[in-house]
Amino acid sequence: MSVLVDISHRLGDFAIDARFESGGRLMALFGPSGSGKTTLINMIAGLIRPGKGRIEVDGRVLVDSGAGIFVPKHKRRIGMVFQDARLFPHMSVAGNLRYGRWFTPPGERYADMDTVVDLLGIGSLLDRGPAKLSGGEKQRVAIGRALLASPKLLLMDEPLASLDEARKAEILPYIERLRDEMKIPIVYVSHSVAEVSRLASDVVMMAQGKVVAGGPTEAVMQRLDLLPAEERSEGGAVLDARVLRHDDSFGMSVLASAAGEIRVPRLAMKAGAPVRIRIRARDVMIATQQPTGLSALNILPGTIVAIGRGEGPTVDIAIDCNGATVLARITEQSRQMLKLQLGGHVFAVVKTVSFDRANTGAGLPSDIHG
Amino acid sequence: MTWLLDLSPDEWNAVWLSIKVATVAMLFSLPPGILIALLLARGQFWGKTLLNGVVHLPLILPPVVTGYLLLLTFGRRGPAGAFLAEHLGIVFSFRWTGAALACGIMGFPLMVRAIRLSIEAVDRRMEAAAGTLGASSLWVFVTITLPLILPGLIAGAILAFAKAMGEFGATITFVSNIPNETQTLPSAIYTFTQVPGGDEGALRLTLISIMISMAALVASEVLARRVGRRMGIE
Repeated sequence: MSVLVDISHRLGDFAIDARFESGGRLMALFGPSGSGKTTLINMIAGLIRPGKGRIEVDGRVLVDSGAGIFVPKHKRRIGMVFQDARLFPHMSVAGNLRYGRWFTPPGERYADMDTVVDLLGIGSLLDRGPAKLSGGEKQRVAIGRALLASPKLLLMDEPLASLDEARKAEILPYIERLRDEMKIPIVYVSHSVAEVSRLASDVVMMAQGKVVAGGPTEAVMQRLDLLPAEERSEGGAVLDARVLRHDDSFGMSVLASAAGEIRVPRLAMKAGAPVRIRIRARDVMIATQQPTGLSALNILPGTIVAIGRGEGPTVDIAIDCNGATVLARITEQSRQMLKLQLGGHVFAVVKTVSFDRANTGAGLPSDIHG
Repeated sequence: MTWLLDLSPDEWNAVWLSIKVATVAMLFSLPPGILIALLLARGQFWGKTLLNGVVHLPLILPPVVTGYLLLLTFGRRGPAGAFLAEHLGIVFSFRWTGAALACGIMGFPLMVRAIRLSIEAVDRRMEAAAGTLGASSLWVFVTITLPLILPGLIAGAILAFAKAMGEFGATITFVSNIPNETQTLPSAIYTFTQVPGGDEGALRLTLISIMISMAALVASEVLARRVGRRMGIE
């Protein structure tokens, strides 16, 4: 699957000029609110007509302003999950789910009701009306409704943004399953570092209508300087690992990553399962010698490969730990005290308790580098 | 009670005729009513204000004027009347069909207003969502828009029906007051008041008129509530 977008569009004073191409399984369109992500995704869906440009999905030209091509939204076979679910109030959950199937040519219906209902855990909701669902349930039904139209591409526009933390944690595993079990490419719009780090195989980062970075998640999410201001404290290294073993006597799991073994609170996954972790830069300490008499369990040796000025008194330091990059955010004072320089050998120190549900999730099965 | 139902054949005819005329007027104005309401709610075209004005004319003109205009247009020698009679065999003048036409026109602005308001209240994002699921504009209208405006449709239809039940001026001007053909309830009541000793008959028909209108109103309330409950948006 490939998505190609190359458009320029004006909305009053705001201009969007974006070009990107993605072949990943879940591509995140990431950036602060007002950066044009939602406009872009609406253009892919056919809800907004771009002023100028070209959009292709899987080699099929959906928009080509030069040739006067604009495929209407109902002929694109592109599913969309909106931030506000948009379930039809006059139909039951089952009616909502069946809606798109109706308009799909019989030969192209790959999504099966039972599979989707099971995948999203919405079997007990089928007879209810949308008004009687919680926010999380609504969003799961909306995902199921889009899937059952058997789309060639699934767009998700900030599907978790209007939910509280508990509901987000409830839905994230379903999106991971969707990414790993259904063979459908996803474009996922979000302004949240946590969601993007956890879910995406590729990231296109946007700011003020322009693409500022693009590529594999681990690489793009290292660019802490590009993160939206309100998300900067969430930024950190994204590592793909797998479960090595569980240490039930202490309620922990040991992960194998390129950077070495990492101990995290007990995960509900089998040994060998892929895991995606995000190590927030502010959670990482730096030691110049192998620390002793320290409670932190994860001590990763590495070499400083980049030092970048952070906000206020901070500096962001990138440490190459055996091929995997770990980011640490420390004060400029600490940096000078420890005389940290490029090429210096250091130890990145991470507490086990700094890992929580928001920064550990299921990894992408085929993308393991460990 | 027996006194109330002790009607002469002519009076019964007036009751049935009124119901028939009002029902036909309501049913036939629904499709154009929805169309015009859609145009006014969503269309952007030159002359929209003019169309809006024309639709509302029957509401502000004296009914006699509307009736007379109908007579000029749809009468036997009127341009539209002659054409319809010749090519389609539809005759309006001095027929119950003419009464239905007059009642439909008089109730039209009320119906369009109610439907237009409900169309404007429709969340268009729902329609966009239906589009991404593969529904063409026509299917979106049938499966999403129409069901969502159902309460407005019911309200508009009942308003038109009630208006038709009470229409007098335009009807009597256009199709006169012929027993068994164009004499609706209001015309019959009017006739009773013009003859000595007609008070009792006038009162009887008045009570029946009130009952029918009340029944229509209650029916619309029940229907609207049922639709609202189904959508969980009471």
